[in-house]
Amino acid sequence: MMDSDLSPQDKKDLDKFIKFFALKTVQVIVQARLGEKVCTRSLSSPTGSDWFNLAIKDIPEVTHEAKKALSGQLPGIGRSMCVEISLKTSEGDSMELETWCLEMNEKCDKDIKVSYTVYNRLSLLLKSLLAITRVTPAYKLSRKQGHDYVILYRFVFLYTDKCYHYFDRQFERTAPIMGIIIDHFVERPFGNMGHMRPCNYRAPGEDEGAYNGVEDSQEVCTTSFSTSPPSQMGIPGKEGGVPQQVPVQPCHGAQAEHGRVSSCPPADHVPATPSSSGEGAETLSRSIEVKGVSPCDVLETTFTRKVGAFVNKPGTQVTTASLDLPFAAFAPRAYDLEENDPMVQPPESPATSSPLQGSLHSQGSGESGGPAQDDFVMVDFKPAFSKDDLLPMDLGTFYREFQNPPQLASLTIDVSSQSMAEDLDSLPEKLAVYEKNIDEFDAFVDTLQ
Amino acid sequence: MNCRSEALEVSVEGRQVDEAMLALLHTILLHRSTGKFHYKKEGTYSIGTVGTQDIDCDFIDFSFVRVSSDELDRAIRKAVGEFKDAMGNGMDGMGQISLEFYQKKKSRWPFSDECIPWEVWSIKVNVVNLANEQERQICREKVGEKLGEKVINIVEVINRHEYLPKMPTQSEVDNVFDTSLKDVQPYLYKITFQITDTLGSSVSTTMRRLIKDTLAL
Repeated sequence: MMDSDLSPQDKKDLDKFIKFFALKTVQVIVQARLGEKVCTRSLSSPTGSDWFNLAIKDIPEVTHEAKKALSGQLPGIGRSMCVEISLKTSEGDSMELETWCLEMNEKCDKDIKVSYTVYNRLSLLLKSLLAITRVTPAYKLSRKQGHDYVILYRFVFLYTDKCYHYFDRQFERTAPIMGIIIDHFVERPFGNMGHMRPCNYRAPGEDEGAYNGVEDSQEVCTTSFSTSPPSQMGIPGKEGGVPQQVPVQPCHGAQAEHGRVSSCPPADHVPATPSSSGEGAETLSRSIEVKGVSPCDVLETTFTRKVGAFVNKPGTQVTTASLDLPFAAFAPRAYDLEENDPMVQPPESPATSSPLQGSLHSQGSGESGGPAQDDFVMVDFKPAFSKDDLLPMDLGTFYREFQNPPQLASLTIDVSSQSMAEDLDSLPEKLAVYEKNIDEFDAFVDTLQ
Repeated sequence: MNCRSEALEVSVEGRQVDEAMLALLHTILLHRSTGKFHYKKEGTYSIGTVGTQDIDCDFIDFSFVRVSSDELDRAIRKAVGEFKDAMGNGMDGMGQISLEFYQKKKSRWPFSDECIPWEVWSIKVNVVNLANEQERQICREKVGEKLGEKVINIVEVINRHEYLPKMPTQSEVDNVFDTSLKDVQPYLYKITFQITDTLGSSVSTTMRRLIKDTLAL
């Protein structure tokens, strides 16, 4: 509809429809990428709060960030509201999967009424968006997100102004499916820079008390999410609603426009790029913490052994001397530190690591020793079916020597922490060497035939 | 007014027929259903809210959205079930299921009300038999992709904003919408089907053969 042909009331209604349509659009897209199935109830009686007669919940953070991105503007001709969906792996690599752009084209249907036909068409468009968001490949990826990767989103308000080419991205022109056109757009480098902020931006000292109504455990990075959606809370507002049908009368209903949420504390997330939030109320903060650590830290963590039942916990040093036990001297030594635990920190070499072996060397073989000054017991090792002879390598010696073999090089932490990227980087060199010696390899193969 | 007709075609394995048909029919009905109308004085009315539900297919790598209405879902499943039974289990064959939206036009006695279709969706189904699990796995993915394309086709057609019945007054709402459901209100629709087996014969021929065989016993 041409703006010039609209009455003031129609223009006002149209602007309101577009605004709430944009907010509902981003909700549909983001909720479709949260990784869970969405289910809302049909209500036979209108509540007055469901725009476009569709039950689409409002996630407050999404609404908040969308409004920030809009900054009072509306999608229109030459102005696009875009939602970028990207994937980020646990190693920190990210990739953009899809971009949804909402803008108006120049087609004009002068015969339709704003408050009736336009409203119904927008409702139809939202239904189409619900259907289409489940069909793109990113949907399947988002349903499988978890430990290996998470799906992120970002809102951008763009101007298709060809005078500014700060950032120029050419998209493949596709026929508009539903009035959502993916087109050549640029970012405006100056003027209204507030639109260009990534949605995870939070100014230092930003007032966190402006919002309320959400429990503190919802530590959601404003526009980022991971496996589970944040809890949804919204306070019904006073504006908006469903226009009644013929004759048209505006009516009132609740909207999430006035919903306020407690802003999450500045997350320890990766700056500059859309970061991911946690998995839900309690796991949210854990996930954020995990994503803040380096890969080495993560790997170190994985080598920590859980303390089993009935095992003295680390930090508690129990000496046999303190126990009033019979034959206390023969009790096994308590591991007061995990550093000394051979299960966690494998010994470097068999020659020196084993306390048992060390004591055997120091005390000589064949000697049954009593309890040493440290609380371990030395027992002369006499394997079954062995002979007491003077051979340099009897069974017992063989067993002792190879009781603690060195760790395989492929299982050491250093090797396993080597990233795939480094392996790939070294591949060209290796291939060059092999190509150089290709004649030798061919000759070898010939000898086998 | 000419009835708008759209045709879709899919090839599926026998056990995928149900889900493929449900996915397409529900996608169409999502767009052709509104909330319940509540008429008030002075000719105004308000509209209820339509909820949606994500459904994952078991035999196809595909998910779709349907209206949150158990009554509507039961009605569609019943029709699809009859279609599948008619297609036969595990047999190669072809069939066509049609979803027709119509308006009723009151006629005077002794003539019955006329049903005037304004949109017909015809879905041709080719049922194939697969030899091994590997082929079935490939089929799962391929059929999922095809259904995705069909959903996009449906959305493109619906958003051309061609003819839709005018919003009726309270006295005429039953001529345009199916008001029998409690929670949602789809446009009046009916689902019909016809089956063609591999020999190209029609259902009536097959039924005749069955009856003859039964009598011969």
